[in-house]
Amino acid sequence: MNGSKEITRRNFMKTTGAGLFLTGLYCTLPLPAWALTTSPGIEQRTPKSRYDFTIGYSPVQIDGREGAATAINGTVPGPLLHLREGDDVTLNVTSRLMDTEHASIHWHGILVPFRMDGVPGVNFNGIQPGETYEYRYRVKQAGTYWYHSHSRFQEQTGAYGPLIIEPKDGEPFDYDRDYPVVLSDWSFEDPETIFRHINLMGHYYNFQQRTIWDFLEDVGERGFADSISERVAWGKMRMSPVDLADVTAYTYTYLMNGHSPDMNWTAIFNPGETVRLRFINASATTNYDVRIPGLDMDVVMADGKAVRPVSVHEFRIGVAETYDVLVRPIKDQAFTIFAESLDRSGYGRGTLAPEPGMKAPVPALRPRPVRRLEDIGMGGMLHGNMKDMSHSQMDHGGKPSRDDPRIPGPNGPTPFKPEKSRSNVAMVIMNPKYRMDEPGIGLGGDGRRVLTYDDLVSIEPQPYSAKVDREMTINITANMERYMFSFDGKKFSEHPGPYLFRHNERLRLFLVNHTMMEHPIHLHGMWMQLENGADELPFKHTILTKPGEVLSVLITPIEKGDWAFHCHLLYHMEAGMFQVVRVT
Amino acid sequence: MKTWVIILFLTLLPASGLAAGGPFNDPEHRTFPADYNEPDTRPEKGEEIQKYAEDAQSGAQKNFGVQPIPDNEMFAVFRGDRLEFQTREGEDAVLWDVQTWLGSDYNKLWFKSEGSWLLDEEEFEEAETELFYSRNIATFWDLQIGVRHDFKPDPNRTFAALGIQGLARYWFEMEATAYVSEDGDISAALEVEYDLLLSQRLILQPRFETTIAVQEVEEYGTGQGVNDIELGVRLRYEIRREFAPYIGVSWSRKLGETADLAEADGESIETTSFVAGIKFWF
Repeated sequence: MNGSKEITRRNFMKTTGAGLFLTGLYCTLPLPAWALTTSPGIEQRTPKSRYDFTIGYSPVQIDGREGAATAINGTVPGPLLHLREGDDVTLNVTSRLMDTEHASIHWHGILVPFRMDGVPGVNFNGIQPGETYEYRYRVKQAGTYWYHSHSRFQEQTGAYGPLIIEPKDGEPFDYDRDYPVVLSDWSFEDPETIFRHINLMGHYYNFQQRTIWDFLEDVGERGFADSISERVAWGKMRMSPVDLADVTAYTYTYLMNGHSPDMNWTAIFNPGETVRLRFINASATTNYDVRIPGLDMDVVMADGKAVRPVSVHEFRIGVAETYDVLVRPIKDQAFTIFAESLDRSGYGRGTLAPEPGMKAPVPALRPRPVRRLEDIGMGGMLHGNMKDMSHSQMDHGGKPSRDDPRIPGPNGPTPFKPEKSRSNVAMVIMNPKYRMDEPGIGLGGDGRRVLTYDDLVSIEPQPYSAKVDREMTINITANMERYMFSFDGKKFSEHPGPYLFRHNERLRLFLVNHTMMEHPIHLHGMWMQLENGADELPFKHTILTKPGEVLSVLITPIEKGDWAFHCHLLYHMEAGMFQVVRVT
Repeated sequence: MKTWVIILFLTLLPASGLAAGGPFNDPEHRTFPADYNEPDTRPEKGEEIQKYAEDAQSGAQKNFGVQPIPDNEMFAVFRGDRLEFQTREGEDAVLWDVQTWLGSDYNKLWFKSEGSWLLDEEEFEEAETELFYSRNIATFWDLQIGVRHDFKPDPNRTFAALGIQGLARYWFEMEATAYVSEDGDISAALEVEYDLLLSQRLILQPRFETTIAVQEVEEYGTGQGVNDIELGVRLRYEIRREFAPYIGVSWSRKLGETADLAEADGESIETTSFVAGIKFWF
């Protein structure tokens, strides 16, 4: 099976030359025009209403090594999809992946009719090899988004690109230059192999595990009793406090606009200009912490929707999120755009420079953080009020302490009772906490001002009703030891049916993260508005939920149909953390 | 290849019967206001979304002919946990301890083999094979039901076997199996391993193994009670996750009646050996 795939791929490589010639200008370049190594920024007023995409096997060069990508129009990332709000657009996508079951493109964060959303098996049956699917929809929004394949692991191997929409009434802020900054993770390993590795051995890619010397150091710092009780608590759960990322720099090269750190993608500016950087995390599994040493960043958009500007030194961008920031470099010098992976195993890097070829120092990676029990909502274990991790004593998990006024009512999240017969749930958090005011594991505490979800205040019109009609809870669950990921303790194939939303209702959805990892949760086809205490709730299409967190979002399902709801860590999704939402 | 894998999977599938219900059937999960009527979500016959485990009682999803998320993927792995040379105080031997399984999250077909070859005598000392159907029964545990056949020691024997395998608290890897031989003799074996990280790739693994018998079986030199214990410690270096050479030391002692029987036969009851080998999987 594998062999035939290789052969097909190899044959394809031989014929790529001819194929590329047919599919247009972008294909003769290893990189798309918008992401050239030294880029002056994207041209204004170039949106089009028709694009033709072809997904096929193409060679890519990363640090001088050649790999095979499932590239769109021959480049990784794919071409810039530049649309205009209000236009009727036609997007023709052809699959040349002759050995795959299907290909697809999902327009991430774009409100479309459900047949146009691009999830095989949910919205259509995928694009069969050699066939073309015509996506047509009216663009009803503006901002920074992206697109990617929703078929198996094609996203890991390069099938993604930026999607930006020009507002019909002009941008909500002024700037001189405009750069998409697409962060991604590349591996020369076949993603099927990666998936197999992490299924068979959860720590396969983790070479930052705790050793006995780390434990002894802990004993020295915190005393024996404290260290041993923390270790015992983790041991009871059979979890690791340094399980921060499933796949790490051991196999990944972190990319910024298709460039490795050494290839150094460079954005040009003139001192004194305002530069808009549209950060898009198109990674398969990597959450990034982004900063530009020497420059403050004004976060002006989150997930494509304008927010009240927040001045920060650093922000965490979960997989599939987007943040637009404005920077105003005054000095005639280069600045490093530094995107550190959450687990600190590696980084993506680019440069902001007045002249091509200029460089700035690249900061060192910070030490990889260690999760404390408090970080995952298991602080109680240390104080003896949770003696046992067996289900019998965790029956009524998922009820936050009602004295936190930031968790909205009337009822709050429904307590979670996993079925005892299933092994999907390794952990139920007894007292999930409000954590939207926390920057996240490994951030804060070093003097840098870090963005939190609490900082986001929308400055967009609020078209939806404020009155909440209904409350609903979805629990994020996993058994990481067995690499089983699920919602409400059920993998996708185990759910009896879809989650039901009613058309145009105002739904309060609680998300409770009963795992010890961050999960970027993405809902297709409608906005989620974070209930973060802001007067005007910010719109999000993807929410990075923290371990042991409870948060709520308000949703108005504006389009009937079936929509995907899933963790955007590609391997978690494929392991079952996926469900269909039906709007009727 | 794919077809027989599916056939095999389907034969094992009935064991994975799904409990009916879900957030929308469980009254405890109902948070709808009184005026909220659940929409009828039952699709037309043949329009359901394909699922490996379909609950016909409740609303299935529309069928586009494609499985959106194939989350019951089959994997197969071969694990050589110990493949080593043992000095055994002049009675050198080669030992193997391998496992292979094929299956998905819940159901696996598991094959294990363990034994030793005496280098001087040029013969097998022990050669055991086991075949199990393995079912995931708890978060970290698999229940294993199957048969064991010992080619050596002579004469060969067959057992029915029932065991559990998994990860105990504090990351102890455990295997515990009970056996009934074709003659009705009952015995049990327990194996425990633990990984202690000296560095990211240098790992010290203490290992404990014991066998217990209910009856004395003189023919095989096993007495009633605890037969023997084996303590080992192996230091491996993971060149890759899949490949780690190791060195170590292993000490075993026969106990109780088993020791008496061995002494009567003029065999030693205690052995200390240095070992060198590889641990690998693929």
